[in-house]
Amino acid sequence: MNGPPHLWLISLLPFAGFLLNGILGARLPRWLVSTIGLLAPLCSFGLTLLVCVFVQSSPTVDPDLAPVIRVMPYSENFGHWIVTGALHVDFSLVLDQLSLVMLLVVTGVGFLIHVYSVGYMHDEEGDARYFSYLNLFLFFMTLLVLAGNALLMFVGWEGVGLASYLLIAFYFQKKSAADAGKKAFIVNRIGDVGFLIGMFFLLANFGTLTFADIGAKLVANPGWQGGVLTIIALCLLLGATGKSAQLPLYIWLPDAMEGPTPVSALIHAATMVTAGVYMIARTHVLFDHSPFALGVVAVVGAATALFAATIALVQNDIKRVLAYSTISQLGYMFLGCGVAAYSAAIFHLVTHAFFKALLFLAAGAVIHSIGGEQDLRKMGGLRKKLPVAFAVTTIGVLAIAGFFPFSGFFSKDAILAAAFMQGPHGRALWFVGLVTALLTSFYMFRLWYLAFLGEPRAETGKHHSTPWSMLGPLLVLAALSVGGGWISGAWLGVGRFGAFLAPAVGTRASEVGNAHLELMLSIAAVGVALLGWLGAHLSYRQKSTIPASLAADFPGGYKLLENKYYVDEIYGATIVKPLLVISKYFLDWVVDKALLGGTAWLLGGIATFAGALLQRWQSGNIRSYAAWLAAGAAAVLLFALVPILLGAYGINIKWAGF
Amino acid sequence: MSSLLTQEVPVSWYLLLSAVLFSLGVIGFLIKRNLITVFMSIELMLNGVNLSFVTFAHQWHAVKGQIFVFFVMMVAAAEAAVGLAIIIAVFRARATLAVDRIDLMKL
Amino acid sequence: MHLILFILFAGFCLGGAINLLLQSHPISSALSLIVVMTSLAVLYLLLGAEFLAIAQIIVYAGAIMVLFTFVVMLLNAGREDRTMGSRTARSVGFPAVVVIVGVIATVILRAQGLGMAGLQDGITSTEDLSRILFTELLLPFEVTSVLILIAILGAVALARNDGERKPGQ
Repeated sequence: MNGPPHLWLISLLPFAGFLLNGILGARLPRWLVSTIGLLAPLCSFGLTLLVCVFVQSSPTVDPDLAPVIRVMPYSENFGHWIVTGALHVDFSLVLDQLSLVMLLVVTGVGFLIHVYSVGYMHDEEGDARYFSYLNLFLFFMTLLVLAGNALLMFVGWEGVGLASYLLIAFYFQKKSAADAGKKAFIVNRIGDVGFLIGMFFLLANFGTLTFADIGAKLVANPGWQGGVLTIIALCLLLGATGKSAQLPLYIWLPDAMEGPTPVSALIHAATMVTAGVYMIARTHVLFDHSPFALGVVAVVGAATALFAATIALVQNDIKRVLAYSTISQLGYMFLGCGVAAYSAAIFHLVTHAFFKALLFLAAGAVIHSIGGEQDLRKMGGLRKKLPVAFAVTTIGVLAIAGFFPFSGFFSKDAILAAAFMQGPHGRALWFVGLVTALLTSFYMFRLWYLAFLGEPRAETGKHHSTPWSMLGPLLVLAALSVGGGWISGAWLGVGRFGAFLAPAVGTRASEVGNAHLELMLSIAAVGVALLGWLGAHLSYRQKSTIPASLAADFPGGYKLLENKYYVDEIYGATIVKPLLVISKYFLDWVVDKALLGGTAWLLGGIATFAGALLQRWQSGNIRSYAAWLAAGAAAVLLFALVPILLGAYGINIKWAGF
Repeated sequence: MSSLLTQEVPVSWYLLLSAVLFSLGVIGFLIKRNLITVFMSIELMLNGVNLSFVTFAHQWHAVKGQIFVFFVMMVAAAEAAVGLAIIIAVFRARATLAVDRIDLMKL
Repeated sequence: MHLILFILFAGFCLGGAINLLLQSHPISSALSLIVVMTSLAVLYLLLGAEFLAIAQIIVYAGAIMVLFTFVVMLLNAGREDRTMGSRTARSVGFPAVVVIVGVIATVILRAQGLGMAGLQDGITSTEDLSRILFTELLLPFEVTSVLILIAILGAVALARNDGERKPGQ
């Protein structure tokens, strides 16, 4: 077709699905609910593909082209939103290379997970609510990705937080699920304060919130570095850590595993948690002008990666392992952004979406088949019972560990290489990343061994087979995990993919670097991954006592890791408890009961008291009524005749119109 | 003697008389204890006002002042009829004509 | 002549009014009121309102006061008995009356432009009165007749004895 791509449809169709399923879903038959739920993401994905066919990446405009816009960045503007004084914000959607890549991931993986959900939620109640929330999430996520200014992105940002809360607390009758939903939303909100303050500073210093204008202003002033730009970047980083579960605001993601597994796959692996990375990539010009902030981003990313990987070593819940693994991989993406290798970070975002969603969905299939059991210690030997799940999990584990030729290898190497070439600090970060890769390989293979290999430790009782609606997406995602790395079109580095993204996120001079060095680094990474596998093999393949003896030798360390470094408890004691105390003693007693309640009581009391006083006037005695009548008449007479009375004595005044 | 016979009266004296009649009516309304007598004081008030109307009609040579008095008389007649009927009804319910004893709304 | 007549009948007026206040039996008060009405009729005549003077006697003294007398007789109202007074009436009412009469008196006495009334001033004939009444103010006139009809109906409805209620129930 030759018309312009209707970007707004990509967002609006899921919203329509949300409304339909939300309002009518309870009364519709199950198949219709599923169809409506699937149709919206399918159409969004189809539209995105059409847009792909349709746009070219060339920055120059060929006047011979048909009148349709074929050049990125392409923007659609729907009119003014806020026009007041200094603030001018429009409803504008912008499509450029970066948002196109994100859209493909969001709608593509989103659609696959919707298909999977049809099978997963087949026996559950509340499926209409589930699909409507999923569609709502898709609407907000596409809005976030397509937004042309920070305020519209913030709308999507908050909206995905809302959808995440609704979906985490999907089984709201369980207290742990409801608590997890609240925790996610509140921690996200704390990060959003950073985003808001960043927006305020942006407005004060740039006068606009539109990304294109901010970028243009910064490009025009190359000498403007540091200072207020650092503050803005750090504030935005705070928002990103909240949404992308980095230190210090990562605590909600492990608890978010209370939600249904497809939700964990979609929101907490592939799309929502990557919104922070996307935001940094979108505002990368700002970060480029503030080396200090970039350094902070890199350090936060590397530290989080290592931190989460250590915790994942000893977790026993299969979904918790994957959750901490997600936090760790997101740390890699932040590390990539922190060394200004934005293309590499986005590359890892894409491949991570593939294999992490795959791993979550496979875990979901496993949990679904063995009747809801999630503890790794109670699984084992599922290789024979669930061959497809075993095969795809193997692919996913190999991908995440970074083995060649799977997708994780290419993207992780691109980030590590970029970090290494950054200088002495970069070397330290590279080393941290390498250690984390070792740990990643170790705990992922640990999961693999404990769940699928060895002797069955679970009772062999209930066992459902996996329906095709669940297997199909697994297979597609497995294929993508295998072949997804080849989008870079190069053995090492970001290659074609980086060139495609370059107009949107810039390039790094050292990315066209030293091929020999990059080869050595890749070999080091693969070697480390092999080491991890070996360690896991020795510890878990046979009935070995190494894990038990290690745990006994370092009881303190083991307890520390098992309890997630007591971070939740620390936060609880230092932040939550004081807030609760203040709320109870000050806000409840002083403000609510004394001030507000007292004021209300006072007003009521005044009315009652005045009423009691005035009641005695109504005596029923006609003579007193007559007396008051006469008094009133006298008053009126006096009032009306004041000028005449005064005039009689020579004082002439104007009085009440007389 | 002739001057005494043809002497004229200042209009203000008529007005003063009217004011005094009116206030005597108010006083009667306040101090009388029989319901019928209270009603009679009201009629006295009306008459006082009538006198002032006629006086002014004479002063300004306006016939409409006298027509107003005519209407006041008509309305006073209607009011007296209805008011006395009410007094009869109240008497039937309360068996007393003392103003101070008729102090409840509910009959 | 005008002056003498005025003083005489104004005196009757005031005397009747004060007597109304002083008497304790309602029938005496009614008779005093008749005296007031009649003297007022003469005063109207002195002011040149011949129709009104006759109307005053016919309507007020002849109809309304008869109505009052009938009701006094019907209800067998006796002398007033001493009941509890109303303190408000005395403390609030009397000063109010004093203020009213004082203000009016001051205004009247200080007013300029008030003339004199004498016997030589013309009498407003009935024809003058009716000319305006039946042309310009015809509507109020007819409405007044409706009003009187309503009053009759109301009085009948209110005062009717249904036969069941005895005084005191």
